[in-house]
Amino acid sequence: MPKIKQPARSPHIDMTPMVDMFSLLLTFFMLTSTFRPQEAALIDTPASVSEKQAPDNDIMTIYVAKDGKVYFNFDNGRDTSTHFRRGMLEKMAEQYKLTFTPKEIDKFGKLSSFGMPIKDLKAWIAAEDAKAKEKLQTGVPMDSTDNQLAWWIRSARLTNPAAEVAIKGDAETDYTKVKKVMDLLQENNVNKFNLVTNLMKQDIGIKDLPPVQ
Amino acid sequence: MAELIQEEKGKKGGKRRPKKLSTRIDMTPMVDLMCLLITFFMLTTAFSKPKVMVITMPEKNPKDKPENQPQISAARTLNILLTADNRVYYYMGMADPKKPPLPTLIKTDFSKDGIRKILLDKNRELFTKIAEYRDKRLTGKLVVADTTADNAVKQFKKEDKKGPIVLIKADDKAKYKDVVNAIDEMSICNIASYAVVDPSPVEVGMLKNAPK
Repeated sequence: MPKIKQPARSPHIDMTPMVDMFSLLLTFFMLTSTFRPQEAALIDTPASVSEKQAPDNDIMTIYVAKDGKVYFNFDNGRDTSTHFRRGMLEKMAEQYKLTFTPKEIDKFGKLSSFGMPIKDLKAWIAAEDAKAKEKLQTGVPMDSTDNQLAWWIRSARLTNPAAEVAIKGDAETDYTKVKKVMDLLQENNVNKFNLVTNLMKQDIGIKDLPPVQ
Repeated sequence: MAELIQEEKGKKGGKRRPKKLSTRIDMTPMVDLMCLLITFFMLTTAFSKPKVMVITMPEKNPKDKPENQPQISAARTLNILLTADNRVYYYMGMADPKKPPLPTLIKTDFSKDGIRKILLDKNRELFTKIAEYRDKRLTGKLVVADTTADNAVKQFKKEDKKGPIVLIKADDKAKYKDVVNAIDEMSICNIASYAVVDPSPVEVGMLKNAPK
């Protein structure tokens, strides 16, 4: 019997479809992605049925971590030329008689949430790696004697009067800690809060009504 | 070019055939790079935007005297008390030390048969109205824009005169989660009027003696 000669096949695979698909996915991700902001602490928010989306711009976020530490964040505004963060820092510097170099102010404008006494802010801005930064995140002081959080809120509202307030509290935080923040906000005439939550859908209708007793 | 010509000479005539070059390009490095980039984008993307629950607190005015505060009907008031270990209690009416006996606290929870049942029972009229309206929209009998529907629901809530007025009171041992759960329960049950307030000293005392 003659041997069946198998045609020699090239070991190459045609990768064109794969490349096509990858480029498609890559384009999709590049266009749709909004980067996850770096957060000062890991916060596990409680669940709710609310479907309202958190605004992207004009919002100051107050983080209340599980251990009660408070962090603050403020965005630069929709318009990239407004630089609200810089304005806020300048107002804070004036209040606390500190001087920041233009370079520091510029760098602060690009960073995100922070939580430390204002005297440590310079070190935090200067810190290069994430670990050193994290060490300085000791929470914004908000005692009655040294209420820096109140000043951050005031400066933020002065720079951007349209800013809304979001409170992102950990589910396991004591309510008193969150209440303290809310009271402080109310003292500054902020009466509408956005509580950041996870969506957990619960649908109930007429059939769920308990029978009439 | 000189070298090329020399080679030709050695071949002794014959047709000059240009060497066939494969039209395929090695795409492996490109694929590698794309994989890397895709992974990077997938991991750094924040897909689900965080959701927010809006709560408006009554304005605090230091000049407000207790007697100037809005009076609410005790018969319609439902108090939800939150305390340590995620415990939830409720009672109807008002706890007034001048008018004994004090109401007894009833223990409940945030499950389907807990506080929701009580809220739904009290809020039956408004809840039915809103649920029927939503059903009509879902089944296509009523075609209106989202904003119109929201306004209609708001109007229903405004007109409601029978539903409970819920006061959510959390003591200092309560967790933030409980308060959010309680407010959430209000939106699930379409409660028209509710507020987060501080418990009175009487209520704190009642919580201390409440069954665990």
